[in-house]
Amino acid sequence: MPSPIRKPQIRWHIAVFLAPAVLVYTAVMIYPLFNTLRLSLYTEVGQERIFVGLENFRTLFGDANWSRQFWNALGNNFWFFAIHMLVQNPIGVALAAILSSPRLRFSNFYRSAIFIPTILSFVIVGFAWKLILSPIWGIAPSMLDAIGLKSLYAPWLGREAYALTTLSLVSVWQFVGIPMMLIYAALLSIPDEILEAGECDGITGMAAFWKIKLPLVLPSIGIISILTFVANFNAFDLIYAAQGALAGPDFSTDILGTFMYRTFFGFQLQLGDPHMGSAIASAMFGIILIGVCLYLFGIQRRLRNYQF
Amino acid sequence: MQVSTLTKALLATTLLGGTAAFAQDVTLTIESWRNDDLTLWQDKIIPAFEAANPGIKVQFTPSAPAEYNAVLNSKLDAGSAGDLITCRPFDASLALYEAGHLADLSDLEGMANFSDVAKSAWQTDDGSATFCMPMASVIHGFIYNKDAFAELGLEVPETEAEFFAVLDKIKEDGTYIPMAMGTNDQWEAATMGYNNIGPNYWKGEEGRLALIAGEQKLTDEPWVAPYRQLAKWGAYLGDGYEAQTYPDSQNIFTLGRAAIYPAGSWEISGFNNLVEFEMGAFKPPVEAAGDTCYISDHTDIAVGMNTKTEHPEAARTFLDWVGSEEFAKLYANALPGFFSLSEHTVEMEDPLAQEFVSWRDQCESTIRSTYQILSRGTPNLENETWNASVAVIRGNESAEEAGARLQEGLSSWYAPQQ
Repeated sequence: MPSPIRKPQIRWHIAVFLAPAVLVYTAVMIYPLFNTLRLSLYTEVGQERIFVGLENFRTLFGDANWSRQFWNALGNNFWFFAIHMLVQNPIGVALAAILSSPRLRFSNFYRSAIFIPTILSFVIVGFAWKLILSPIWGIAPSMLDAIGLKSLYAPWLGREAYALTTLSLVSVWQFVGIPMMLIYAALLSIPDEILEAGECDGITGMAAFWKIKLPLVLPSIGIISILTFVANFNAFDLIYAAQGALAGPDFSTDILGTFMYRTFFGFQLQLGDPHMGSAIASAMFGIILIGVCLYLFGIQRRLRNYQF
Repeated sequence: MQVSTLTKALLATTLLGGTAAFAQDVTLTIESWRNDDLTLWQDKIIPAFEAANPGIKVQFTPSAPAEYNAVLNSKLDAGSAGDLITCRPFDASLALYEAGHLADLSDLEGMANFSDVAKSAWQTDDGSATFCMPMASVIHGFIYNKDAFAELGLEVPETEAEFFAVLDKIKEDGTYIPMAMGTNDQWEAATMGYNNIGPNYWKGEEGRLALIAGEQKLTDEPWVAPYRQLAKWGAYLGDGYEAQTYPDSQNIFTLGRAAIYPAGSWEISGFNNLVEFEMGAFKPPVEAAGDTCYISDHTDIAVGMNTKTEHPEAARTFLDWVGSEEFAKLYANALPGFFSLSEHTVEMEDPLAQEFVSWRDQCESTIRSTYQILSRGTPNLENETWNASVAVIRGNESAEEAGARLQEGLSSWYAPQQ
């Protein structure tokens, strides 16, 4: 005769311990997210909010006035991201490799100095760089003059061709500490035995970096890439602090964040339109979601994790 | 017996004291974008009002100009906005009225002191309701460094040809930057550039109303010609003007490094505290000597009442006071450059402010062309004008191209222009 199955006890403590985090997260993240998605399906006629389905998205992508701004902002966003991937992350990896070298003196000092800008506010960084690069009061023109390169100076933030790249590089300057720290930690966790085994096989110096260390920190580089992607496509503060909501000159620094802000809250005589603003915010959410999924399913799974 | 009388007396005083304290509790908060004026409100205007109206306290809580509209809208939607709301002209405030955030003030006594033109910026399109008490207008023109002009032997220009001759001379001499303006913040190019010199070409109200009625187009000569003049400005703006911000321009001029500053009269009070040379002002140059001149005398600022205020009576008392002669005098003198819109005669002491306001008698007044009705749609004509003015000054776009682009944008949503 089978013994009666004991009823599993409900383990209340799990729910109780999870509740605070779940509640707070729901209130400040999940609810606003879904409410924004919902808001993008409505519009205001007179004083009433009515449901219009995907009409806002059709305006955003179909109306030339809106779509031109959207694609411009998206294109700028990709350029912003490209500069970070091509400049910030390689420099971050290189700095980490140099810092992890046991022969480097004062490495703690360098590490802190490079990391400090990361903890500064965007507003401080934006204003400081705006002043540094200012053609009137800035130190950039006189510093270039001192080494005889005054001819290289241009009012970069005011030129359409350079403004976005300049701001991207300012952002790189600010955040290069993050990939550096993450890679540095990953490099430190590589056991010495592996490197010593490599040395026995004649792999030393640069070869050790390319053939042993780099493959071992690839998963970290992957994580950094996806963090950069999410941060860049959510960016807003630096552009707003340096160039204002119109993201001048001639919208050459306009990214999705500033475009969304302008639309949602309005600007000067332009009245705010929360519904179109939400549509743009939803599009941003979609783009980031697609990017993250591509990474997770396309790249993350192929990366090998080594266990030591 | 004696004791109980004393008790009664004590009770009575406590009660009286209690009610008095209760009455004093009325505090009105003003939302504003004029953070430059904080001290003036705190030191002059509010004390004058509080002295005349015991029992009402007023707090002035400004936010940054560029963020004001966004901040105010969020506060109103959340129900945390102040009792009194400083009104931007035209659509921004009209939208607030239509959304039920601003109360109808048509029946206030103080309203009788303002002309229809003064009230037009804060009325419904049919003029049936006025929802903000007009405070002040600003006049556009050019402020110049008198010492620099004397040093270089220059005369104040009257016509366009003279204006550019003066600029050429300053440039040739090289001591001063001819004109202090940058294009980084964009709005100066449109507000202090296009809408400053433009009224002379489109003949003030005549052209502005014709544009609204659809009888003129932005591709017509009167609307393209100001761009043609702006295109010539770029050469006189000093090195790196592309990245020069509004505060940069103000500093360059007040430090005496530039000779001419395309201005709005609101700069006067700020500049007075900073400059060490004598300033003068001249109005936008006309095409030929003797032409009628037109100036932008823009209805800029008013104050209205939040419908959700807990003290509507106190707020109405304050608004009525804003319409009074006392306020007009106080405000115009405390803030030279903000000219009263009321029909009281207001004596001003500041010579530069007197110069600006004297143009009202010599020229025809108008308001900025893009403000009424024309900036309701997408693309927003005001924002596009910023962009076009900058592009023309930098030489990225010709005057004709700019006009054609703006006209295309306007006609895409504005029926009278289709």
